[in-house]
Amino acid sequence: MKSFTVVTGIAAPMDRANVDTDMIIPKQFLKSIKRTGFGKNLFDELRYMDEGKPDQDCTGRPLNPEFPLNFPRYKGATILLARENFGCGSSREHAPWALDDYGFRSVIAPSFADIFYNNCFKNGLLPIVLSDEVVEKLFQEMYATEGYQLTIDLHTQTVQTPSGEAFSFEVDAFRKHCLLNGLDDIGLTLEHADLIRAYEAKRREEAPWLFDAVK
Amino acid sequence: MAPKTLYDKLWEAHLVQQRDDGSALIYIDRHIVHEVTSPQAFEGLRIAGRKPWRVDSILATPDHNVPTTQKERASGVQGIQDPVSLIQVQTLDDNCDEFGIVEFKINDSRQGIVHVIGPETGACLPGMTIVCGDSHTATNGALGALAHGIGTSEVEHVMATQCLVAKKMKNMLIKVDGKLGKGVTPKDVVLAIIAKIGTAGGNGHAVEFAGDVFRDMSMEGRMTVCNMAIEAGARAGMVAVDQTTIDYVKGRPYAPKGELWEKAVAAWRDLKSDEGAHFDTVVELRAEDIKPQVSWGTSPEMVVAVDETVPDPASESDPVKREGMIRALQYMGLQAGQPMTSIHVDRVFIGSCTNSRIEDIRAAAAVVKGRSKAANVKEAIVVPGSGTVKAQAEAEGLDKIFIEAGLEWREPGCSMCLAMNADKLGAGEHCASTSNRNFEGRQGYGGRTHLVSPAMAAAAAIAGHFVDVREWGNA
Repeated sequence: MKSFTVVTGIAAPMDRANVDTDMIIPKQFLKSIKRTGFGKNLFDELRYMDEGKPDQDCTGRPLNPEFPLNFPRYKGATILLARENFGCGSSREHAPWALDDYGFRSVIAPSFADIFYNNCFKNGLLPIVLSDEVVEKLFQEMYATEGYQLTIDLHTQTVQTPSGEAFSFEVDAFRKHCLLNGLDDIGLTLEHADLIRAYEAKRREEAPWLFDAVK
Repeated sequence: MAPKTLYDKLWEAHLVQQRDDGSALIYIDRHIVHEVTSPQAFEGLRIAGRKPWRVDSILATPDHNVPTTQKERASGVQGIQDPVSLIQVQTLDDNCDEFGIVEFKINDSRQGIVHVIGPETGACLPGMTIVCGDSHTATNGALGALAHGIGTSEVEHVMATQCLVAKKMKNMLIKVDGKLGKGVTPKDVVLAIIAKIGTAGGNGHAVEFAGDVFRDMSMEGRMTVCNMAIEAGARAGMVAVDQTTIDYVKGRPYAPKGELWEKAVAAWRDLKSDEGAHFDTVVELRAEDIKPQVSWGTSPEMVVAVDETVPDPASESDPVKREGMIRALQYMGLQAGQPMTSIHVDRVFIGSCTNSRIEDIRAAAAVVKGRSKAANVKEAIVVPGSGTVKAQAEAEGLDKIFIEAGLEWREPGCSMCLAMNADKLGAGEHCASTSNRNFEGRQGYGGRTHLVSPAMAAAAAIAGHFVDVREWGNA
């Protein structure tokens, strides 16, 4: 996994509540058996004026001129500023894959849906929860200033604005450790293989029916 | 010993390692796999040279992409018209063959929607931890199990280690006491709950559904309710084990037998919250207040009773919510103040992991029996949740009732719930749907979804617009 330490970049808005995973990456693109290439279809139904098809070359498609990510000022954005309950809906990891593939490294919102939040950490994408008031302030400053950039430091757990104001955020110690070092979860868990085997042996005694094979 | 909730008990029984930072390793008993969220996980295993930790804990089936017409199903995987869907289903078959995983393939009589076949076969049992790369895995919580959706990285993690890195969630109790009125179904109960607490209301929580209504409810009804816990923001929903649970599980193909059955039942009897157990959040509703529900907007919390009108954004004080309502009305092509019964439907979908079990099919058949689909309804499809449900319905003659009424009887799969196969809405079309999400574009580009119960969907197919099933004779 890609590591995350300090990221400075342009912030772009996704200014609506309850952005669902169907909106982030519509279902027709979930047919891919790969992990990459979803960026061109991120927010597909909002971003383009026509209906997107899998494996399509998107360069000639009509863009929605009202969708902020199509504005020149947000070109190259790496931080997405969003509203409450971002990422609700399905468990599709294609949602963080699409955000990552587009170039986003972090999403800042007042709240996230649980599964999406969890999926982000597996992909080097940092979801940051800040209060409603702070998120609103960031939105206002971003709208007022073209080229508005934020600096996210995972070590110090802060988001810093261009004026130097810093807001701190919470992140689980284990997730932070994995993200800072780009660690693969599976490798870490397998270091505890003995514990897993011991649990299994004990459980097999107590509740053998749980180990009946499907066939 | 401090009293525990059902969730506390399930969590503790599966704890492999508790870490100081609050995270934990949780053992997973059952892993259900489908074609959409697994290919990248299998690829990850291959690249790392890993094998599934316990291959016999995994059960796979294709459901999201499979066609539902007999014609397209007749020649199996190779008959799938959409080449991209074909590759995905074929990839699942190849991966299961390579890793030795049991799979109910496309035309296996047991194939079906993951969340229907799990309980139906007894592969999912009370007291288990159950995961699947699909957010509606919470359905299995109806068995008194800890079941929730996971992402693809976690699918790979569970395959490789039989564990999940997790953090204990908070406990939420949703209590509905009283007796439901005639024509009010489990789907209406869960929609009413979501309308009350919102789509983020359950974030960070595991929800236990308790009270008279759930005690009186069938297992299939409990599955419908737990299925939509995620629409209230909760990854996991569950109902305590009682005699209804045990009667349901008994005799299922993968359920324990003989002495093992007795031992299992004895253990399952304890799968309930202790008296006085602490819940971080408690929500209460009265059964008598719940009416048949219809969603009007583009989020499952945008729901009203069928005898109400489309809400007015002007009456919403929160600006972000008001903006969302205005956008939803625009997308849905509705006017504030319009009676819900004035909304005409173009298509009807009866199916999905929420409502495609035999009781759902029976409820819909009871409404359409001896009647005919309205002329303005272009298509009304009934998609059973599994081959087993389909066979049962046909044995009861329900397929004929639908066909005689002008509805279509299809092959099992997820179908129009998320329109990854050929079953989809056209732009601007309104659909009475028994599925779980009314997001923009979910059932087809520009499509307009109204979430309802099977009886309400069937009644809309006959009337051509939404009607209050309570006013229908045999609902």
